[in-house]
Amino acid sequence: MTRTPVAGADVCVVGAGPAGTIVADRLAASGHEVVVLDAGPRFDPDDRLRRQERSIRPSFSRPDVWDGDADRDAYTSSGEKGYPLNHARVKGVGGSTLHWQGMVMRLHEDDFNSRSERGVGVDWPIDYADLRPQYAEAERELGVSGASDNPFAPPREEPHPMAAFPPSYSDSLFAEACEELEIAMHSVPNARNSESRNGRSACVGYGTCQPVCPSGAKYDATVHAEAAERRGATVIDRAPVQRLEHGLDSVEAAVYATPDGERHRQEADAFVVACGGVETPRLLLLSESEHYPDGLANSSGLVGKCFMDHLFAGMGGRLGEPTRQNHVGFLTSESHQFYDDADETVGPFKLEFFNYAGPSPVEMALTGDDWGDDLLERLRANYGDHVGVGALVEQLPSEDNYVTLDESRTDDHGNPVPEIHWSLDDRMRRTIERANEIQRSILEELGADITWQVGSENTGPAYHHMGTTRMGTNPDDSVVTPQLRTHDLENCWLAGSSVFPTGGAMNPTLTIAALAIRAAEAIDASL
Amino acid sequence: MELTRRDATIALAALGTGGAAAAGLRATRERDEPPDRLDDDAVVSAMVALAEVLYPSELSGIEPFVETFVTERLEREGHGEALRATATDLNELAAAWHDAAIAELSPAAREELLREAGADIADEAPDGTTAERVRYFVINELLMALYTSPTGGELVGIENPQGHPGGTDTYQRGPPS
Repeated sequence: MTRTPVAGADVCVVGAGPAGTIVADRLAASGHEVVVLDAGPRFDPDDRLRRQERSIRPSFSRPDVWDGDADRDAYTSSGEKGYPLNHARVKGVGGSTLHWQGMVMRLHEDDFNSRSERGVGVDWPIDYADLRPQYAEAERELGVSGASDNPFAPPREEPHPMAAFPPSYSDSLFAEACEELEIAMHSVPNARNSESRNGRSACVGYGTCQPVCPSGAKYDATVHAEAAERRGATVIDRAPVQRLEHGLDSVEAAVYATPDGERHRQEADAFVVACGGVETPRLLLLSESEHYPDGLANSSGLVGKCFMDHLFAGMGGRLGEPTRQNHVGFLTSESHQFYDDADETVGPFKLEFFNYAGPSPVEMALTGDDWGDDLLERLRANYGDHVGVGALVEQLPSEDNYVTLDESRTDDHGNPVPEIHWSLDDRMRRTIERANEIQRSILEELGADITWQVGSENTGPAYHHMGTTRMGTNPDDSVVTPQLRTHDLENCWLAGSSVFPTGGAMNPTLTIAALAIRAAEAIDASL
Repeated sequence: MELTRRDATIALAALGTGGAAAAGLRATRERDEPPDRLDDDAVVSAMVALAEVLYPSELSGIEPFVETFVTERLEREGHGEALRATATDLNELAAAWHDAAIAELSPAAREELLREAGADIADEAPDGTTAERVRYFVINELLMALYTSPTGGELVGIENPQGHPGGTDTYQRGPPS
């Protein structure tokens, strides 16, 4: 394919994940000439079964499933807690939605006002009400299967586009225990078709949602990349942007490399950086200049600062009776009951009731030194009666957690790699302990023999990169405006979870999509 | 419990086959592959013989299942050539250590061969040592075919095993009474 710049482009979008492709699709629909540059490849949809096989076979790691490249994706992890960046992202058209779980809930109202309502963190410059119309649009764009049965969710004006997936058999077991404990369970909004919609299949139950959906029932951003192309946008893959050339007030061109070793300049009237919570600040920092010696759009000094993720807390065990796990790879029940109890000492968290607790028989079969009857005996002994409850926990923004450039290492184009400096805070630890406490009460009520726990000592990230180019009204303490335009440059927008001032404890992609729609409206108005 | 050709077709639908390019690949293979490489019929026979020790004894219908599955997997670009080469290497070990082709060995000798090759304790690796390749292209190939199929899943108690597009009903059902 040709990877030469598009003449006369109105908009150049960097990054073909959900934020970038939604912006591109919207602006192309408005008649603008749009070009999208992505560092990774365009994946052949016909290869998805092979990728599924990689996800099952033990010789392939998670980054292998989507052709991770250690030189291209090199990074450094520093700080108290190691960060497995390349397990947390996919580079290519579709971005990390290619391997995501697909859970899409709105942030709660208090999440937009953490400082005011919980006494910690910062307030967003917008409220839930400001984003509510775009949330509804985002649910239509992604195709969300959900129900209005969550008594703790923020108000909504219309049903989800598709019916929720019904609860699982194991949900029914949990429901009895939760009823005793007066814990309300409810459905999960999934960006996964519960029925055929817009040319995409209904879910057929491959059970490998993370990291690959062969049927295409799970939303990924190739949907919007292809939609944008149908409207006339140009998507150029394997075109990593090296820097943004700029003057004092505006970006002039994105300089990108191509596989043939060439470099090109893509000029445009407006630029949208949508590379995720790590690569977006990295590109800005790589684009330093005499005007912006600390990095482009970094007058506040906050580019790369306040890196956040959600933390996982979990517990599970064995029930001694069939629980019917691993038939599907998604969740059908959660509880947000404790979410809005959050204050300065304990953060918000949500509970997730697993449909894939314990080992998958086929994955077990491919490891071990047995076969024949011995193997079958092992599989039967280890599959079938597992239960598990997970939780996502908020991490507060802190300048102690950051993404910067590691000048001592370079990637395959000679650029300093991103350094992730990540640590945990006491509120988060207390929140994990609180989630564990409730998880234990549920499992004990259920009668399970608890066999594992993920607590504050062994917690890990949920792969939601947030906070590194914060949104705000004051240029001194934020990087972008409430419309996601950089304070410093009049034609440069940042889209994605890097603009979240706080993260709440909800999976971020629906909010990413809603904000992308909001940004597209602002960009359209500016052109 | 009986395996069928249909089970193999279902497993192939989940794991992928050679696809439209298969016929062209076969023509290329016939020209380029070493002359001492096992032909496809011999590979299938060897895989059937090995499946008879790798699969649980309560299964019947192994031969048509493996025949259907392996014949298609041999057509898969890259994978087929490596499977053929690995089966040839294992067959040479069988000849050297047991004076017979894999398909002619007793079940006990077939199992012994896999262990002598070190494939029982090797980690699978498609580009690895002989033991690692036997683990990948022979043992795990056959185990994956079985345990992603509904019949293989039912042996363990799951009608819709991971990798099989068995719909969204079974996860809602309770255990069979």
